Amino acid sequence: MQVQLKVNGRAVTVDAAPHTLLVQTLREHLKLTGTHVGCDTAQCGACTVLLDGRAVKSCNMLLAQAAGSEVTTIEGLAAADGTMHPMQAAFKDCHGLQCGFCTPGMVMSSISLCKSHPDASARDIREGLEGNLCRCTGYQNIVKAVQQGAAALKA
Amino acid sequence: MGAIDFAKLPHIGESLLRKEDYRFLTGAGQYTDDIVLANMRQAVFVRSPHAHAKIIRIDKTAALAAPGVVGVFDGEDVAADKIGGLPCGWLITDTQGQPMKEPPHPILAHGKVRYVGDHVVMVVAETLEQAKNAAELVVVDYESLPAVVDVRDAMKPSATALHDAAPGNHCYKWSIGDQGQVDAAFANAAHVTKIDLVNNRLVPNPMEPRAVIGSYNRAGDDYTLYVSNQNPHVERLLLTAFVMGLPEHKVRVIAPDVGGGFGAKIYLYAEDVCLTWAAKKLNCAIKWNCDRSEAFLCDAHGRDHVTHAEMALDKDGKFLAFKVHTDANLGAYLSTFSTAVPTILYATLLAGQYATPQVYVEVDAWFTNTAPVDAYRGAGRPEATYLLERIVSRAAWETGLSQDEIRRRNFITEFPYQTPVALQYDTGDFPQCLQKANELHDIAGLPARKAASAAKGLVRGVGYSSYIEACGLAPSNIAGALGARAGLFECGEVRVHPTGSVTVFTGSHSHGQGHETTFAQVVASRLGMDPSMVDIVHGDTGRVPFGMGTYGSRSISVGGAAIMRALDKIEAKAKKIAAHLMEASDADVEFAGGEFTVKGTDKKVTFGQVALTAYVPHNYPLDKLEPGLNETAFYDPTNFTYPAGTHICEVEIDPNTGVVRVDRFTAVDDFGTIINPMIVEGQVHGGLVQGIGQALMEQCVYDRETGQLVTGSFMDYAMPRADDFPEFTLGHVCTPCTTNPLGTKGCGEAGAIGSPPAVINAVLDALAPLGVKDLDMPASPNRVWTAIQSAKP
Repeated sequence: MQVQLKVNGRAVTVDAAPHTLLVQTLREHLKLTGTHVGCDTAQCGACTVLLDGRAVKSCNMLLAQAAGSEVTTIEGLAAADGTMHPMQAAFKDCHGLQCGFCTPGMVMSSISLCKSHPDASARDIREGLEGNLCRCTGYQNIVKAVQQGAAALKA
Repeated sequence: MGAIDFAKLPHIGESLLRKEDYRFLTGAGQYTDDIVLANMRQAVFVRSPHAHAKIIRIDKTAALAAPGVVGVFDGEDVAADKIGGLPCGWLITDTQGQPMKEPPHPILAHGKVRYVGDHVVMVVAETLEQAKNAAELVVVDYESLPAVVDVRDAMKPSATALHDAAPGNHCYKWSIGDQGQVDAAFANAAHVTKIDLVNNRLVPNPMEPRAVIGSYNRAGDDYTLYVSNQNPHVERLLLTAFVMGLPEHKVRVIAPDVGGGFGAKIYLYAEDVCLTWAAKKLNCAIKWNCDRSEAFLCDAHGRDHVTHAEMALDKDGKFLAFKVHTDANLGAYLSTFSTAVPTILYATLLAGQYATPQVYVEVDAWFTNTAPVDAYRGAGRPEATYLLERIVSRAAWETGLSQDEIRRRNFITEFPYQTPVALQYDTGDFPQCLQKANELHDIAGLPARKAASAAKGLVRGVGYSSYIEACGLAPSNIAGALGARAGLFECGEVRVHPTGSVTVFTGSHSHGQGHETTFAQVVASRLGMDPSMVDIVHGDTGRVPFGMGTYGSRSISVGGAAIMRALDKIEAKAKKIAAHLMEASDADVEFAGGEFTVKGTDKKVTFGQVALTAYVPHNYPLDKLEPGLNETAFYDPTNFTYPAGTHICEVEIDPNTGVVRVDRFTAVDDFGTIINPMIVEGQVHGGLVQGIGQALMEQCVYDRETGQLVTGSFMDYAMPRADDFPEFTLGHVCTPCTTNPLGTKGCGEAGAIGSPPAVINAVLDALAPLGVKDLDMPASPNRVWTAIQSAKP
């Protein structure tokens, strides 16, 4: 099966079996290993990417469902010169990550959250990140990071 | 350099942003599953669906014939190749002076399976899909046996024994303290408080599941093992010396970026050995990536204690004696440090922060048909703290004292303090931690907040926990006398390059803790350079000389101290080079802020000049000094470190639903010297969420009859999420550790140790007006609601 989609701004054609998941395509076919798999029940959110600007769990959809769409992964956020996206920078500034494994999914979810809720309160952010598990940070600094990231994105 | 001078250096106490973050934030981290080697196959394990069964027959024929399959292995193949079982790293000697029962722990089940998820067959194929499909074709005939899950069942005379080598499922009976003195104290007590409690079983669940790549290179007859692990040198030592009989120089273990550990990645697991062994047999590399559901089955679990305890008090509420009996569940086999957790890491902490003159603890450890139980964040110390802080608050309620007053009356205030259970606390300030916690928490405002809750039909309560932990594991001679089969020192190498930048090789391992930043701060501060000039290398036995790894909040206090020792050697040698350059005597040279000066003169040379001279030794005392500036040190601590603090939790409960909401949580901790407050606070936040998670949500459940794992995925096991918590309030008290050169105590586990009893005490405080006197963790809505209903007259 051949599927065409755009990943991080680049048009790609992937030749894969029909049951291939989007996350497998990203990690195995396109070698974009920044998107992680932390569970097998679509609960942890480590695999979250943006599909046409909206956060989706890439372990929970088929490659075929992404045909013709534009996918953004953690590798696609920074500027060409390596400057981090404001949300990435906010996670660093606020110590919103420790082991880094949930981080790509957390950052992608946060960007999507801020887009739909630019004025989210701390409580809104906590509820909005319900689909992303982090075992290291206790979430407190992630909430701070999302607040800072949201402010930077509005500016 | 000593702890006092160290704390005054620039960068110490600064919240420098983390050096490692850029790679994690841009998707450039390299976790084991991200690594793809040439000639790499995929492994899948066929696991036992039974909690306890005899293996009658294994038929691998169809699997072997399946597309892409290159190997199918079972316990017979392991035995034929004389691959040993997994070792236990800690020998407990029982009350009769006999060694604990140590049944074999084969890497693939041999004759019997003993828990759901036990490894039975390994299938290796060209692709993961082929391996999974072939695994479905393996036929295993079992004859199922009765299972025991709960320690209270395992100890029954009628219980089916798991191991021939452990009659009655008993591993050991162990004790510490003076039973006679304790009994005498109880005879004179004005009041005795009793408690029965369960410390609930937990699944560690680091977000990165375990992953392994075993690879073999025939040309050099050597192996490289990539593994998501907290202590690669320990992994190599256990794998080579204890299991496979390989020379260590032929095995390189790399623990690359590791996505959290929390204890679960300390151990040598069966999969690690299977892949290494099969890599040579198949002359290839083999990857195994654990599914999350598989991780629930076969990662080592944590906690699972059943305890009865009694505290004797005098008429003023002072503790006279404490006696404890604990039954500990070790699971089906002895995991690497399992036996030390309910003994050495638990009972020795049961004096807590209190000057209780006598403590006696007796522990029975049992085998059950469940996954092996081992250290999970805190490891023994959370179990000790939960017990002690629960009984202390209960004693307060029974004697009419407030929760903070009973603690104040019993605090140890003079140091060093020898407890009746082996440890000697070097320093601390327990009353100050309590006072600061009360202030930060605004405990004075509690009555008003209670009234506001009551107006909404809700009940509110507050709970205290004053914990102490023994970290910085460990003085090797003491650990050895207590049964440790390894040393617990650490190693650090400081390599100064000719142009003055520095690479440090540490045996500690960072899997979220931020060592690449904190350790760079330590080195840069000592050498008077910018932290960007220092890189930290860890997690590779091929690059780091040796190491014991990261667990027990030991990295900065033991690993950091080893680096400090190496820096002492660097400084001593550099001074000699500087003395030569300045034509001064060694004794007159001083070093500060990256410059060497001669006392009473204006002569100076920079560290960079000295580094260059060491590698371009044209003007150099070659007759007295070797060129180069590269030093290694091993550091063995002389005592444990003793982080301590007071946590206060305040909850609001809806009696109609049983839902507990944590409204406020205040943690005041004494970690000694703090190098990077931002990182330390992050560690506390994470620990608190794990501790509060244990208290309110998390519970690993096996069916008590069948031994099937009921909570086998994130759908069934309640992992804490962002919206389960308020913003935490943190504070610090600092009494520097007196036994290491940094004054640090360690901060990785405190949150998980201190918080559970604070939460449950708060819940019980809130429910007291409703007549509820006792509750086990997790205080889920169902349990709380049921307790409220049962307490109704």
